[in-house]
Amino acid sequence: MDTLDLVEMKREKAEEDGSAPVIAVEGLHKSFGSQRVLNGISLSVKRGETLAVLGRSGTGKSVLLRVIIGLEKPDSGAVRIHSQDIGGLALDQLGEIRKKMGFLFQHAALYDSLTVEQNVAFPLQHHRKEMSKSERSDRVRGLLAEVGMDGALAKMPSDISGGMQKRVGLARALVLEPDILLLDEPTAGLDPISSREINDLVLRLQQEHHMASIVVTHDLYSAKTIASQLALLDKGDVVIQGDFEALQNSDIEFVREFLKHS
Amino acid sequence: MNGTLTAASDMAAPLPGPSTSPSPSMVSTKGSINEFLEWFGDLGIFFWHVVRAAVTPPFEFHELFRQLDEIGSKSLPLVALAGAATGIVLSMEARFSLTRFGAKSLLPAAIVFSIIHETGPIITGLVVSGRAGAGIGAELASMKVTEQIDAIEASAVNPYRLLAATRVLACILMLPLLTLAADFSGLIMGWVAQAAVEPLSLHQFITSGFKGANFSDFLPPTLKTAVFGLIIGLIACFQGMRTQGGAAGVGRAATSSVVLSSLFVILADVVLVKLIIIFFP
Repeated sequence: MDTLDLVEMKREKAEEDGSAPVIAVEGLHKSFGSQRVLNGISLSVKRGETLAVLGRSGTGKSVLLRVIIGLEKPDSGAVRIHSQDIGGLALDQLGEIRKKMGFLFQHAALYDSLTVEQNVAFPLQHHRKEMSKSERSDRVRGLLAEVGMDGALAKMPSDISGGMQKRVGLARALVLEPDILLLDEPTAGLDPISSREINDLVLRLQQEHHMASIVVTHDLYSAKTIASQLALLDKGDVVIQGDFEALQNSDIEFVREFLKHS
Repeated sequence: MNGTLTAASDMAAPLPGPSTSPSPSMVSTKGSINEFLEWFGDLGIFFWHVVRAAVTPPFEFHELFRQLDEIGSKSLPLVALAGAATGIVLSMEARFSLTRFGAKSLLPAAIVFSIIHETGPIITGLVVSGRAGAGIGAELASMKVTEQIDAIEASAVNPYRLLAATRVLACILMLPLLTLAADFSGLIMGWVAQAAVEPLSLHQFITSGFKGANFSDFLPPTLKTAVFGLIIGLIACFQGMRTQGGAAGVGRAATSSVVLSSLFVILADVVLVKLIIIFFP
């Protein structure tokens, strides 16, 4: 066993016992032109932990997720995934890290030329070439059954509702069995019943798969249901981070105002 | 990587001029030049990413074959029709002109040389830039604004490899083949148009038309369309993958893909014809 293997084992053990974070964001700054979106934000998420990022529209919540998965480059600061700084990695190197991450886009972002089944199979076709066609199909069908979409295998994304698209998006995010799950507004634009179903689904999947998750949401109920930690963002920085009680007991004016209107 | 796709400013976007400007027209000209140079720089970086993605594994053969069909097979009827129409027009025009100058016997050679040297390749380039250029530009732009390209990237798949390299390569490979189809239908219809006026067998037409022609008359002009393919594929992918701004952005990407690729095909033709004359006299 060489030194690199030992370091890797040590890291995995530290992540396993919760002494090392799986996701660590340090002093992140990001601006678009003159508009400053992230202003030195720092946070970390351990294995099995779910962090809900709350805040008003335009406070940089979605940008934060896009920076974490490497779709946007930060102006300064660092994102460490499994202790590895993703800044400056080439696209293919970043790809290796992304295989361990699942991302649910706000509008699901399903491939409109592929069926529901093909959408979920897409990452498997590219990264699990050793799997046989039937193994792939079993995995895809199993996941779609898990999210309650096994009756829509041959449907096109345009033929299913927004809530259904999010379920399919969630199945696609989970298909490579990631240990990090990033969810961008999983319940936005859904009716209360669909929202609750998605929340229950996310909660169940997290308990089963024991991932480190970040959920960006406006929905305080959703955050309270699925997250163990909540972070409230304002002007690109974290105003408060803690459990729901910590937010409730906070005497910070912005926190009280946010909770009052949620 | 994403920075390359998104940071480049849209050529159609209006430029903000400095407040202490000498005159609006000068600022506008300077701004346009800057924007044009910036566009070229971004295109160069994009080209580099595409080349790197195309030559490193894993190779996206499935998508490449799909694009060969999409760009090649599906453009074939249109290219053949355009070639046929050109052959007929060329035959009628050349007949009229050559008869006036008493050189009617040169008619088959004039048609053959005109089609294989220039008309077939350029017609193919322009038809494909209209059909495939708009298609690629609109498809990728639509994927960009609906975050599908981001989803591909988030799934750890290189979009330069999956989307751009396959389309560019398909354009490069299919353009010479489509040119053969345009040449063939042009020559056949050129003969038909001539045979309709006065009796002339196909054998006579071919023998007379290709008399004095050699391989270098045929090969370089046909192969130069691979460069047209590179231009069409590259510009359409670039314009599509850097789109911003919803449905309007998709429309702009489709239009600019056709306009820019047609323009650069014509400009490249000028250079390539000169090079062919120099190297294949």
